[in-house]
Amino acid sequence: MQRVVLLLAAALLMTAQSASAQTLKTVKERGTLICGVSQGLPGFSNPDDKGNWTGLDVDLCRAIAAAIFNDPSKVKFTGLSAKDRFTALQSGEIDVLSRNSTWTLSRDSSLGLNFAGVNYYDGQGFMVRKALKVNSALELNGASVCTQTGTTTELNLADYFRAHKMKYEVTAFATADETVKAYDSGRCDVFTTDVSQLYSEKLKLANQNDHVILPEIISKEPLGPVVRHGDDQWFDIVKWTLFAMLNAEELGISKSTLDEAMKSEKPDVRRFVGTEGNYGEQLGLTKDWAARIVRHVGNYGESFERNVGTGSRLGIARGLNNLWNNGGIQYAPPIR
Amino acid sequence: MQPASIQRPISAPRASLMRDPRLRGLFYQVVLLAIVVGVGVEFALNAKANLEAQRIATGFGFLDNTAGFGVNQALIPYQESDSYGRVFLVGLLNTLLVAVLGIVFATVLGFAVGIARLSSNWLLAKLAGAYVEVIRNQPLLFQILFWYLAVLGAMPPPRQSVGIGLQPILLWLADGAGALRYLGLPNTIGDGLRFAADWIGPPMIYLNNRGMVLPEPALHAGASVVGIALIAAIVATIALRIWARRRQTATGRPFPMLAVGIALIVGLPMLAAFVAGSPFAFERPVLRGFNFSSGIRLIPELVALLIALSTYTAAFIAEIVRAGIEAVAKGQTEAAQALGLSRAQALRFVVIPQAMRVIIPPLTSQYLNLTKNSSLAVGIGYPDLFAVFAGTTLNQTGQAIEILGITMAVYLVLSLATSAAMNAYNARIALKER
Repeated sequence: MQRVVLLLAAALLMTAQSASAQTLKTVKERGTLICGVSQGLPGFSNPDDKGNWTGLDVDLCRAIAAAIFNDPSKVKFTGLSAKDRFTALQSGEIDVLSRNSTWTLSRDSSLGLNFAGVNYYDGQGFMVRKALKVNSALELNGASVCTQTGTTTELNLADYFRAHKMKYEVTAFATADETVKAYDSGRCDVFTTDVSQLYSEKLKLANQNDHVILPEIISKEPLGPVVRHGDDQWFDIVKWTLFAMLNAEELGISKSTLDEAMKSEKPDVRRFVGTEGNYGEQLGLTKDWAARIVRHVGNYGESFERNVGTGSRLGIARGLNNLWNNGGIQYAPPIR
Repeated sequence: MQPASIQRPISAPRASLMRDPRLRGLFYQVVLLAIVVGVGVEFALNAKANLEAQRIATGFGFLDNTAGFGVNQALIPYQESDSYGRVFLVGLLNTLLVAVLGIVFATVLGFAVGIARLSSNWLLAKLAGAYVEVIRNQPLLFQILFWYLAVLGAMPPPRQSVGIGLQPILLWLADGAGALRYLGLPNTIGDGLRFAADWIGPPMIYLNNRGMVLPEPALHAGASVVGIALIAAIVATIALRIWARRRQTATGRPFPMLAVGIALIVGLPMLAAFVAGSPFAFERPVLRGFNFSSGIRLIPELVALLIALSTYTAAFIAEIVRAGIEAVAKGQTEAAQALGLSRAQALRFVVIPQAMRVIIPPLTSQYLNLTKNSSLAVGIGYPDLFAVFAGTTLNQTGQAIEILGITMAVYLVLSLATSAAMNAYNARIALKER
């Protein structure tokens, strides 16, 4: 609520020029990047007991900070509910939103926001108790469903049940925690959200093994970082930070191989690490911007495996999020 | 009509216009108003320019767009393909439902507890005091979550619903009677109880963690006769009351209005129903699939919110009632008793009417608080105006300024309407000096 009021105040008081503020300049002057993340979603953005944030979405913010400051710790994370996230970005409370947010037409156009690419290709799924002996989402007629308000999930759910002429009862909660708690207490038969989140939230349930994720994927949920309209330079920086992480993986540049890459004679690697050309400067950054990202955060594949991949607690397979030349659809434009 | 010259015999010497205090005051007020309006317009234009610069959608056109999301309690027909405007109505009605029911329950409970606190029965007075102190000193949001998660959340799942009715009690007693068998006695009592339980059939009301299921009334032919009988009974009661008042004023003879009124309003429709051959039936809730598929279901969000809001506000109302009654001088009660009025009559005709003058203004504030506190529903997913309109709709459309404007206007109108009604009532019962 206070965020909405903040937005109102901002809209009323700002002069028209400051709407297209120079975000990069502001961030540099402040000395930290302010990044909007979730309120705790293991694998994507989650604080540990010491308050250090980790996750795939967190890594993207750290990569932006690394590119600007050569220091991935110069990020302040703001935990946001699904309901508050876009308002926080619109009002200027955060510089970039990296919070498992689905890219849709209406969000891209009418909210005054730009989606800067996709860092996780997801889809919506259902989780139920094993005791219900339900094997398919098509058996959920009459079920009671818990979901989070202000999400595309809420809309897809309605579409899916309507399309299959099934009845349902939805109870929508303001935060992810309230939703999971209600499902765990038995208020609902079904908990629905993006599949990656189902895996993540399942870790919070009292008896993880009593629950099963149904095989149906009912929607496309391309999740990615978001920035405000009106600052194209900042939009480019966020977009190309993600592309740099993807390109690094494609070029085989990782944390451990970065030193070799700095000495490489290959033209595309030289362009990437900044020993050839001035691509970073074109973005308003330094020549070695991409090398900084890999040194401090690693490439996309490293970040994926560390946070959500089979090596992590979530154990999600790469699937669609593999590189295009590896059977997936992650594809970054070239740096040249 | 007198000529003006006589009305004001000594006319002041004509001063310049700027010296006239009335005119000067008016001038400053106009200037101030112009500044306030100017700043307001500037804000509005600036906001519009900023939103357009960022290409954020503006205007009220979104109200006609398809909402696309489901709502778990709608008092008017609603489906996902309806518009955001419809969602607004659904949310508004849900807010009104909680506010009106909450005010009724809180008033009844609050008056009962307030009077109980003044009771000469030690235990009753202490219990009422403990209720007030415990309830009003806990945060409301905490109480809502307590009822929702700890009480209603602890109910069994639908397939093990708790039935409320005679049958479960009879079966439970029959099990107890079964113990007689160990004494070598025939279990005729148990058999009898079981037979009675079978005859009564399964209960009509069920409780589970999805809420409360009530039987759905079904109307058959002849139901309208009962409705007409009810209306006739109400009209007759009102007429009788007017007649009784007149007679009492004229002759001083009282009339047992309460008993006769209840007899009329309850008895006449029952008689009509009997004559028409019981045109009412209650459809027993049936468990099918995930939950009860027939019957009226109260969602736990509504129940939890209603219990929390009414008990919380009742604690404050109890104190207001106690203050009001204690504000009436003891001499009034003594005078009433000296006139031969019983304790109950003294309370009803002398103390309460005078106490109401003290009670009404703070009571109005409590009603307003309850209405506004209903927006805490957002914490447990009850689809009130704040949750579905200022929450979900705002989020899906991003039109914060328009939606918050509408929502603020609605709460303002609700509060002003409540105040106006209570002020009118207050004016009616105010002490009239004759």
